[in-house]
Amino acid sequence: MSAQESARVPMVQLLSPDGQYGVPKEYAEYAKYIEELTEADFLKFYRDMAVMRRFDVEATALQRQGQLGLWVPAIGQEGAQIGSGYGVGHLDHIFPSYREHGVAITHGIDLMAVLKMLRGVNHGGWNPDETRFHLYAIVLGTQVLHATGYAMGVKFDGKVGTPNLADNQAVISYFGDGATAEGDVSESFLFAATNHAPIVFFCQNNQWAISSPVNSQTTVPLYLRGSGFGVPGIRIDGNDVLASYAVTKKHMDDARNGGGPFMIEALTYRVGAHTTSDDPTKYRTSEEVEYWKARDPLDRLEKFLRRQGIGDSFFEECDAAGEAMATDIRAQTFALGEPPIENMFQHVYSEPHPYIEEQQQWLNNYEASLEGGAE
Amino acid sequence: MSNFVEMSIAKAINAGMRKAMHDNEKVLVFGEDVAQLGGVFRVTEGILDEFGPTRIFNSPIAESGIIGTAIGLAMRGYSSVAEIQFDGFIFPAFNQITSQLAKIQNRSEGFLTMPVVIRVPYGGGIGAIEHHSESPEAYFAHTPGLRVISPSNPNDAYWMIQQAIASKDPVLFFEPKRRYWQKGQVNLDHPPASMHTAQVLHEGHHATVAAYGPMVAVALQAAEIAAEEGTSLEVIDLRSMSPIDFNTIITSVMKTGRLVVAHEASTHVSISSEIAARVTEQAFYHLEAPVIRVGGFDVPYPPAKLEEKFLPDADRILEAIDRVMGY
Repeated sequence: MSAQESARVPMVQLLSPDGQYGVPKEYAEYAKYIEELTEADFLKFYRDMAVMRRFDVEATALQRQGQLGLWVPAIGQEGAQIGSGYGVGHLDHIFPSYREHGVAITHGIDLMAVLKMLRGVNHGGWNPDETRFHLYAIVLGTQVLHATGYAMGVKFDGKVGTPNLADNQAVISYFGDGATAEGDVSESFLFAATNHAPIVFFCQNNQWAISSPVNSQTTVPLYLRGSGFGVPGIRIDGNDVLASYAVTKKHMDDARNGGGPFMIEALTYRVGAHTTSDDPTKYRTSEEVEYWKARDPLDRLEKFLRRQGIGDSFFEECDAAGEAMATDIRAQTFALGEPPIENMFQHVYSEPHPYIEEQQQWLNNYEASLEGGAE
Repeated sequence: MSNFVEMSIAKAINAGMRKAMHDNEKVLVFGEDVAQLGGVFRVTEGILDEFGPTRIFNSPIAESGIIGTAIGLAMRGYSSVAEIQFDGFIFPAFNQITSQLAKIQNRSEGFLTMPVVIRVPYGGGIGAIEHHSESPEAYFAHTPGLRVISPSNPNDAYWMIQQAIASKDPVLFFEPKRRYWQKGQVNLDHPPASMHTAQVLHEGHHATVAAYGPMVAVALQAAEIAAEEGTSLEVIDLRSMSPIDFNTIITSVMKTGRLVVAHEASTHVSISSEIAARVTEQAFYHLEAPVIRVGGFDVPYPPAKLEEKFLPDADRILEAIDRVMGY
């Protein structure tokens, strides 16, 4: 469907592009989640969105300077990510794709773990059992099945819909508009529906899969994609952090309490390139990019906060926090160094393995022989 | 004294799974038609009655989904035994097996393990339609992070399925479907060697024949015929295709000086190719003849009326023996 048709699909928007808060009556059920928030929460949303953007700028610079092998920008998607990230409960599990740096921020992931991976030091390597934020998945859609299986396990463990609300758990799986074309995503809807699994499918429709526009992945609005499998869905304005928060919070609560799977399509825009290897000027117009920049998620929340009486000092504080973070990660990235060779041979199997032991030994001897020859 | 029971390979796998399910309540069994029906080969028959629908259940007909959700369940602490209904149906799951299941332990630097067993009835000889007679083991043996094994007899079937389920690593468990109803004694008290150890089933001194899964019976038959003709063959049941127990093979080759490797799979870039390369490298001066591979031809598995000519039989093994004995 065309961008114009897409724009006519109803979606949950609680904060207009000029920062006006209002709840249309058809979305009244989401209002209470915003009413529960304090000023500190709104400020936290903004601060994290600002940090996420500054992180992106710094990581892009680090890539351009040869410090990272690749960077995957998420500029423009701060509202979708910070809002939904805070809508996830403290026992819930999160399955990202590879662009969810903002969600990582909301769950306290050390951003250096992400940079290490993009530098090529390791393939991830953080502990998902501890962080509840699972490893980045590079092959599109694969993680959605893992999330679904995990959610089935949560249900088998009896951690769904119990009277002890604080003990219940749910799962959120992130993916993009491009990934919806993968069979694994459709199979995930099916397995989640037939198992009535506690999972929210959070699709960030940033409208571009590298150079392919969303209308090459679908001819119907994506939030309807799950319905044929028994997974109802809704579209939200992904550049509205409040809608992203409230809708995610409600449907994660519902999933945790036994409501079954649900799909959220967050309509947003990938303002930057797909990755630092991409050149979006070859396939899209600057007018389109400008249109979406005018709907920027940070500007929108800033306007709202200024209306609430928040002044310059707060925004200066956020800038300073971003600068401090950037200085810190820059220094840490330069200090990362090279991983030890033996890392390559580790954790391929859980027990010693004859081929790997033999090949590691061979490489050690070979390396030692080269050192000997140089003397 | 050990407790021996006669069982078929199918019943032995069933009994081994039940034992594992008793021992560990986190073991789940799922796949297409495994519950009420007991699988198309009835290998999971009766498990639903004994363990109920929380431990064994039918999956949607979506192989990638079966393995992808098994991965998620492993992350949650479950050990899955996932059945792929037929060898030729494993390919929709190929991406989840090779790009995810095999790599997640490494990707997570050991924080996650993947105790997933993928049971696959494989091989030909049952007169089946296309996609029901294939031997895809080499694809998986080529992939780091996977373990690939195949039992050839009921005792191994009973124990190796339990060893596979107990492993924290993903295991491809290839079941020789044309031997499902072959009976033998199962020692219920004492396990044989580890699932990655090859076993010498028949000692001999003229030449060695190494085989696995459904071809082991053929190799033993060849050894009997050869003995009548005065040629003494040593038969090795490899049991494991990844890792391969090269030590047992090389020890035998050091004695016999001749090696024939047999399997049903197409020969090009196969398990036998790897064995030939390794033995040449590690036992070159002990070899009296080149290593000969006896496998399926490098063609798509043929229609059932031609499979007899595709599958190696005892005569084809003996033809190879004649060749190695001619050097």
